[in-house]
Amino acid sequence: MNGPHDLGGMDGLGAINPEPENEEPVFHAEWEKRAMGLTLAAGMLGEWNIDTSRFAREKLHPVEYLTNNYYKTWLVGLETLLIDADIVSENELTSGKMDSPVKEDLQKKKILPDQVDAILKKGGPADLATDIPKLFNVGDKVTVKLFTNAGHTRAPQYIRGHSGVIKDYYGSHVLPDESAQGNRVGSHLYNIAFNGAEIWGSKNHATIHLDLWQDYLQKEESK
Amino acid sequence: MSDTHSHDHDHTEPPSDPVLRVKALESLLIEKGLVDAKTIDTIIETYETKVGPRNGAKVIARAWTDPEFKQWLLKDATAAIASMGYMGRQGEHMKVIENTDDSHNLVVCTLCSCYPWTVLGLPPVWYKSAPYRARAVSDPKGVLAEFGTNLPEKVNISVWDSTSEVRYLVLPQKPAGTDGWNAEQLEPLVSRNSMIGVELAKIPEQLENEI
Repeated sequence: MNGPHDLGGMDGLGAINPEPENEEPVFHAEWEKRAMGLTLAAGMLGEWNIDTSRFAREKLHPVEYLTNNYYKTWLVGLETLLIDADIVSENELTSGKMDSPVKEDLQKKKILPDQVDAILKKGGPADLATDIPKLFNVGDKVTVKLFTNAGHTRAPQYIRGHSGVIKDYYGSHVLPDESAQGNRVGSHLYNIAFNGAEIWGSKNHATIHLDLWQDYLQKEESK
Repeated sequence: MSDTHSHDHDHTEPPSDPVLRVKALESLLIEKGLVDAKTIDTIIETYETKVGPRNGAKVIARAWTDPEFKQWLLKDATAAIASMGYMGRQGEHMKVIENTDDSHNLVVCTLCSCYPWTVLGLPPVWYKSAPYRARAVSDPKGVLAEFGTNLPEKVNISVWDSTSEVRYLVLPQKPAGTDGWNAEQLEPLVSRNSMIGVELAKIPEQLENEI
C-alpha cells in the first residue's frame, strides 16, 4: 500500500539528530523493552509472519505512524495482529482482562525461556523454491512495473516505473505481497542498481540498490 | 487518542499511554497462557547484552586481518558470519558490501527498519526515524554530512535499500596508521555506524580521545 511507511524521498521531516553512538542505550524506557520482548514472544506462537506483521504496522493512520515512537508502532501492530488472529478481543484490549480463553493447542505453543536462544539462532529463512522460470539474468536492464496495491508490497513508490540493471540474483524468496495475505509462494529475487539521478534529479550522484522480486519487474521498455 | 484524525470504528481505545498499554497487553497474554514473562526477560537480555554491534566489529576486524576470511565474507557472508557463531533472526540472508578508495556504501530500510540484528543488534532510533529513511535515498550526501561524514568528490556512493530479507553489512576501509595491528586491536575502531555506512571506521587518534 502507498502508506505512511513508504518514506523514500519524503521531504520536510526535519533533521536526523542521531544520538552519539557511545551514549545511546539499546532501549530508552522500560516499556520499550517489554514491547519488543512481547512482540517477539507473541510472534513465536507462529500465528502470523513477518509480512503480516509489517502490514499491520503500515495500516496505522499516517498521522499516528509519523508521530509514534517506533516501539509504539510495534505495540499497536501487535494489538492488530492479535485481534486479526482472534486471539484477543477489542474489549479485552481495553480492559486488560481475559473474557474468553484461547484454544489449548495454541497455549501449548507458548515459548519457555530456555527455548529462546535456539529459536533466535534458527531465525526464519525466507528462501522458498518456485516452479516459475527465472526470467532475468545479471546484467539485464529491467523496469519496475507501475502498480498500486492496497495490500502489502516491498516495491517502494519511488522506484516504480524506473529502470535499472540487475546486479545480483538471490534465488527464490517468499513473495511478501502474497505472504501478507497468508499465501506462502516463492518468487525470484534480484538486486537491482538504479541511477540516483534518474530518480531524484542530477544532484543525486548515488547508485540506489533495491532487492526486488520478479513479479514487480518487466523487460525494459525501449524508449 | 488525539482528535486530529477520525477512525472508521467507534470502540473505546486502549489506553494511549504506551506504559499502561504494554503492561495491560502483557498481563492479558500471560493470563491467556500464551507468553511467559521470563521469556520476555530472556529476549530483552539477549539484545541488551549478547547480540549487538560488537559481534559485527569482530567480523570486520577479522576480515581486515585475514584475507581468506574476507574473500569468504564477500562471497558468502551468511556462512562466513555463521562460522563465528552469529546467525539466525534478522541475519538469515547476509550480504557484505565493501568500501574502497572510490566507493562508499550506505544501508537504509525506507519501508520499515530492516537491519542485520545478528551482527549489529537492534537498530538505533535514528535508523528507524522518518528523516533518515526518507532522505538516505534522495539525498545520501546530505545525510552523510549530518553524521559529519564528508567524502571526496571522486567517491561513488551506493545506497542499499533493504527491501527484502537480505540484510546488508558494510565492510569499512581499514583506517590508516594501523599497519601490523591484530584483530583484537582493530576491533574498537569498528563503530556500529561505520558498519551501517553513515561514518568511516575510527582512526587510532579517535580511540585515544575516548579513553
